[in-house]
Amino acid sequence: MKEFIKKVGFPRFIITVFLIALIILAVYLDIPLPGLLSDILVRFGMNAILVLAMIPGIQSGIGLNFNLPLGIIFGLIGALISIEFQLSGFLGLFVSILIAVPLAAIAGYFYGKMLNRIKGEEMTVGNYIGYSVVSVMCIFWLVAPFSSPELIWAYGGNGLRVTVSLESSMAHVLNDFLAFNIGNITIPTGLLLCFALFAFIVWIYGRSNKGLSMIVAGSNPNFAMSNGIDVDKQRIKGTVISTVLAAIGIIIYSQAFGFLQLYNAPLYSAMPAAAAILIGGATLKKANIVHVVVGTLLFQSLLVVALPVVNVIAEGSMSEVIRTIVSNGIILYALTRKEGETA
Amino acid sequence: MIVPIIFLVLCIVGSFFTGLPASFLVNEMIIRLARNLILVLSLILPIITGLGLNFAITLGAMAGQIALIIITNFSIGGSGGFFLSILISTPFAILFGFLVGKILNKAVGKEMITSMVLGFFANGIYQLVFLLFAGTIFPIRNDTLLLPSGVGIKNTVDLANIKYSLDHLIPFNKIKLPLFQKLAEYPIPTFLLTLLLFLLMGYLLKTKLGQDMRAVGQDPEVARISGINVEKTKIISVIISTVLAAWGQIIFLQNIGTMQTYGSHSQVGLFAVASLLVGGATVDKASWKEALIGTFLFHFLFVISPLAGQNLFGNAQIGEYFRVFVAYGVIGLALVLHAWEKDKAKITLSDID
Repeated sequence: MKEFIKKVGFPRFIITVFLIALIILAVYLDIPLPGLLSDILVRFGMNAILVLAMIPGIQSGIGLNFNLPLGIIFGLIGALISIEFQLSGFLGLFVSILIAVPLAAIAGYFYGKMLNRIKGEEMTVGNYIGYSVVSVMCIFWLVAPFSSPELIWAYGGNGLRVTVSLESSMAHVLNDFLAFNIGNITIPTGLLLCFALFAFIVWIYGRSNKGLSMIVAGSNPNFAMSNGIDVDKQRIKGTVISTVLAAIGIIIYSQAFGFLQLYNAPLYSAMPAAAAILIGGATLKKANIVHVVVGTLLFQSLLVVALPVVNVIAEGSMSEVIRTIVSNGIILYALTRKEGETA
Repeated sequence: MIVPIIFLVLCIVGSFFTGLPASFLVNEMIIRLARNLILVLSLILPIITGLGLNFAITLGAMAGQIALIIITNFSIGGSGGFFLSILISTPFAILFGFLVGKILNKAVGKEMITSMVLGFFANGIYQLVFLLFAGTIFPIRNDTLLLPSGVGIKNTVDLANIKYSLDHLIPFNKIKLPLFQKLAEYPIPTFLLTLLLFLLMGYLLKTKLGQDMRAVGQDPEVARISGINVEKTKIISVIISTVLAAWGQIIFLQNIGTMQTYGSHSQVGLFAVASLLVGGATVDKASWKEALIGTFLFHFLFVISPLAGQNLFGNAQIGEYFRVFVAYGVIGLALVLHAWEKDKAKITLSDID
C-alpha cells in the first residue's frame, strides 16, 4: 500500500480518494452522473490549454508562470476586436487568435527579457507583475475606444461591460463542432481536438532540437551553457510560448464558457492552472503533457462533482472554498519540496 | 530614497486636483495612520531576519478576527472586550506564526511566494471553518452572528460594542478644557500604544535575539557557524510578526466598527506591504522610518486618488483602479528592482573568480 501511494504520489492519492468519495456521495444523492461526465469533459477542454501554458515555463526554467494574466489580457483583446468587427463563428475565433498571438508574443518577449535579470525570483515577481497588468488593464477597459453595443454598457456607466456575452459571436463554436452523444453524455469533440492539437504541438516541440535545448537550459543551466546553448534566449523562448498559449487558452475558455470576463476576472487565473499541473505530478523543474492531462482531469472532476454534492450538504460558496484549499494547498506542497522531488 | 520622493510628488500633485480642504486631509491621515501603523510594523522583523516580505501576516489578521468573533459571540464590549480580544488572539497568533515559520523553513529561497500562497490557503481554511463549522461543530450563542440558515458566520459582523474602545480609551472629553476637548477627537491612546510597540521593537533589535535576527538576515551560513539556531530565530521572528498583525487587525477593526468576516483580512498583507515599500523599504532592509513615511504616503494617495481621478478624467472609477494598481505596481516594481540588484551582485562576484 505504502509503495503504491509512493508510486502514485501522495497528493494525487489523496485527491483521487476524495474524488471517489464525492462520486459515491453523488450516486447516493441521486445526482445524475451523465450530466456530471459531460461537464467534466467540457471543463477539461476549457482549462487544459491554460494548464498547457505552464509547460514551456517550467521546461525553460522560469518555474510556474504566475504571469498568465499577461497572455490572457491579449487573448481578451483579440476576442474584443473580433466582436467589434461583428465577426462570428469560426471566423471570429480564428481572427481573435490571429490578433492575440503576435501581441502576446511581443509582451512575452519583453517579460522574458525582464525575467532574465531577476533569476531566482521569477515566481514572486511574476505574480505581482500579473496583478499590476490586470489592474492597469482595468483602467484600459474603462477608456478603451470600443463602440459595438455588444461590448459597452447599454446606457449609463463607462467603458466595457464586466462580462461580455459571446452568444451572437463565437460561443460554443468548438464545443459544438462534431459534437455527438453517447447515451446522455455529450462529447465536445471540437474542444477536445483543439486541445489535442496544441498538446501535440507542445509535445513535438519538446522532441525537436530547439525544444530539447530549451529543456536542457531549464533543467541544468550550467551544463547547457558549456554546450553552447544561450540559456537566456531559451528562457525567453519558454516565456513567449507560455504567454502565447495563455492568450489562446483564454479564447478557447471563453468560447466554451460563453462569456468574456474582463476587469478583475483574470487576477487569480494562474493559480488553478498551476495547481492543475502540479496535481498531475509536475514539479517546479519538470513537466510534460501527461501531467497536464492527468492534473486537469483530476482537478476539474473534483470541482465539477463537488459543486452539486456540496450544495446538497451545505449551502453557500462551499465549492469555491474547496477550490481555494485544494489549489493553494498543492502549490504550497510543491513549494516546500526539495528541488527535483516530485509533488 | 527615490521611491518615497516619487510618491511624495504624486501625492502633492494629486492633492491639488482633489480640491479637498487641508484640514479634512489632515484629520483623515491621523485616523488612517493610527489604524494602520501596527500592521505595517509587523512586517519589519521578518525582513530583518532575511525572510523578505511576510505576506502571511494575513494569518495574524485572521487570529485577530477569530478573537473578535469570540468576544462578539459572548457579547463582551467596551475596553474590557477589546483587551480580552487582544488576549484571546495572542495564542492563536503564536500558533499560526509557529506553523508559518515551520513551513517557510522548508521553502528556503522561496519564502515570499510561499508566504503568499500560504495566505491564500489559510484563507480557504478560515472560510471552511466559519462557513461550515460555525453553528454546527462550534456552537454560536449569539444569533446575530449567524447566517439566516443557522450555519456559518454572517458576511458582516457589527463591532459597535467595541468601536473606538481603544481610540477613546482615555476620557479626554470629561475634562472641560478646550485643549482636552480637542484631544478627545483624536485616537491618542492608539498612538501611544503604537509608539510603545515601536519602542519595544527598537529595544528588541538591540538585545541578543535582535542581533541574532540581523545576523541570520545577513548571512544564514555565517550565523549558523557562529552558533545561532537559524531555524529557531526565523520562527521566533515570524511569530512576533504574526502576533503584531493580530493586534494590528483588532486595532484596525475597532476603529472601523464593522468586520467583513470573509474580506477584512484578505487585503491586509497587500496594503501593509505596499505601504512599507512606498516608504523606501526593500526586501532586505526596513525600519520604523520607512514604515511611518510609507504608511503616510500610501494612505494619502489612497484618500485622494478617487477624487483626483474624478476631477482629472471625469471618472472616479479610474482613480479607484489606479490606487489598486499602485498597491500591486509598487510591490511588483520593488521586487523587480531588488532581484535585479541581487542578480547584478552575483555577476560581479562570478567575474572575480
